[in-house]
Amino acid sequence: MLEIKNLSASIGDKEILRGVDLTVPDGEIHAIMGPNGAGKSTLSYVLSGREGYEVTGGSATYNGENILALTPEARAAAGIFLAFQYPVELPGVGNANFIRTALNAVKRARGEAELDAVAFLKLARAELKNLSMPDDMLKRNVNVGFSGGEKKRNEVLQMALLRPGLAILDETDSGLDIDALKIVSDGVNALRSPKFSALVITHYQRLLDHIVPDRVHVLSAGRIVRSGGPELALELEAHGYVGQEAA
Amino acid sequence: MTALPSRKLEAWRYTDLRSLAAISFAEAAPVAVPELPDLGLPRIVFINGAFDPVRSTPPDFLEKFSRVAEASDLPLALINAEQAQDGMTFSLPEGVDAGAILLVSYASGVAAPVALHPRHRITLGLGAKLTLIEIAMGEGVYWHNPVIDIALHASSALSHYRLQNEGQDAFHLATIRAKIAAGAAYESFSLVIGARLSRAEFHATLLGPKASTHLNAAQLLRGHQHGDFTSVVAHDAPHCGSRQTVKSVLDGPARGVFQGRIEVARAAQKTDGYQMNQALLLSPDAEMDIKPELEIFADDVKCSHGATIGALDPEQIFYLRSRGIPEDQARAMLIRAFLTEALEPVTDAAAREMFEAAIEAWWVGQ
Ligand SMILES: Nc1ncnc2c1ncn2[C@@H]1O[C@H](COP(=O)(O)OP(=O)(O)OP(=O)(O)O)[C@@H](O)[C@H]1O
Ligand SMILES: [Mg+2]
Repeated sequence: MLEIKNLSASIGDKEILRGVDLTVPDGEIHAIMGPNGAGKSTLSYVLSGREGYEVTGGSATYNGENILALTPEARAAAGIFLAFQYPVELPGVGNANFIRTALNAVKRARGEAELDAVAFLKLARAELKNLSMPDDMLKRNVNVGFSGGEKKRNEVLQMALLRPGLAILDETDSGLDIDALKIVSDGVNALRSPKFSALVITHYQRLLDHIVPDRVHVLSAGRIVRSGGPELALELEAHGYVGQEAA
Repeated sequence: MTALPSRKLEAWRYTDLRSLAAISFAEAAPVAVPELPDLGLPRIVFINGAFDPVRSTPPDFLEKFSRVAEASDLPLALINAEQAQDGMTFSLPEGVDAGAILLVSYASGVAAPVALHPRHRITLGLGAKLTLIEIAMGEGVYWHNPVIDIALHASSALSHYRLQNEGQDAFHLATIRAKIAAGAAYESFSLVIGARLSRAEFHATLLGPKASTHLNAAQLLRGHQHGDFTSVVAHDAPHCGSRQTVKSVLDGPARGVFQGRIEVARAAQKTDGYQMNQALLLSPDAEMDIKPELEIFADDVKCSHGATIGALDPEQIFYLRSRGIPEDQARAMLIRAFLTEALEPVTDAAAREMFEAAIEAWWVGQ
């Protein structure tokens, strides 16, 4: 279970998160919507341990453990996965090598047996097939020259292989064509289990037709200003964020 | 002896040899030699600059060393010519593909500082082919000052891979000269990880149409190491290509130098020249000096050069760490990735494996 209590964080002297309260029980998928610049990506970065943010108050625990004290790699080993809004290009690093290194690092940290190159390729090819991605995605350098949609799919491929307990998807639907949206959603739904939870950040109700959330939250100016069931997304789609801040 | 060059010479502005000049060298005495690498190849071994018949399994084309006069005014080549006692010498006859051979130089200045000035001469006949893998290593204070003269006749091909892994108190100053005839190819890659102070100076002359060269290198330096990669590529004929990709990774107060000159003669139309120099500084105390020079007298040429100096990208490190990869390993992956382009021409499997292992060991050794 992810429990965020009164979390505040700033960049330099700019306060971005201003007392976020949010609980995502195991087995649930929650959506976060909200205007540009509200702090959605900031929240996902703070939860995954990116440098440059100062947590000025509150707490965040996952399965009872204070994640804010952990290195990014320890959070990954604990099961947290962030699908980046803007996936990073790694020239000179092969995608297969990258994902296998990540998978084995996580396995090592969890005391599990590592995969050799052959076993990994078999596993990766099966996932590629599920995600309708061509095999040569593995041979290319990480995200280099990938189209916007391919980058997002590559994030989902990593997620599918790393099998996180908590996935944070930051606008993974942006830039996806209609078929890809369906494929990516199926990829997320395939992970659904009583032990899996997800925070899905999106601007579009469309995604939530495919990944039906248990709860929808509105983040505005660094706070959760409203929460509701899936119908809240429909309402936002119809009326926009005007007036949400006051609510 | 000819004097060591001083920093007043333009070509030596960034590399100061006073620490070398301060050392007095003794005659080389017999030394204890550790197990030397053989990579499963025919091996030619030099111990303190002298050919070692016991440890060598030389190919049958190896010839006896003979002295030659030095034609240039390069100070280190002149010193080498005055002092040279030995060296690897051979000519491959026309059409012969001699596969790969290994040249190992081991030096020991443990008992007293020693200086070695081997003079190697390689000639490849028309259409001949060779892969030469060179490893320089040793212990204690010593000065290794090799000159390697290479003559490539038309359509011949030499792949030259150098691992400069000298002892940490060593000085390594190498002069490598390649004369490349029409259609011939000189491909080289050097990995510089050893020596307290080193310089590898390449002079590649493209003499006939469609001659080509790759002069690639990677320098991995830390502590008070100084590594200088200097190249002069002379395009004397039309339709020739030269490519240089030189990467430096500098940690601590290490210092790297790159000087690269491309000279395109009036006759060398349709020259395709490329030079890329990049440095990755892992510490705020590291320093890189870069001096690219283009001298172009022909009018129909394509010459490009670029230089970048930067640090590891924190975004990339975070991306890797967010996937569970520990910070150290993430940094190692990015450094390895940075070197990729320079290693591209290393197609020989034994050489590639040797370089990968040396890069890995460099990383682990810190
Ligand atoms: N490094 C930074 N320095 C200064 N301000 C920053 C920095 N990073 C983010 N911000 C600011 O923090 C605020 C929140 O940004 P964030 O990226 O979290 O928004 P978001 O909700 O994800 O928006 P979007 O929907 O556009 O993705 C914005 O006003 C942004 O300009
Ligand atoms: Mg965002």
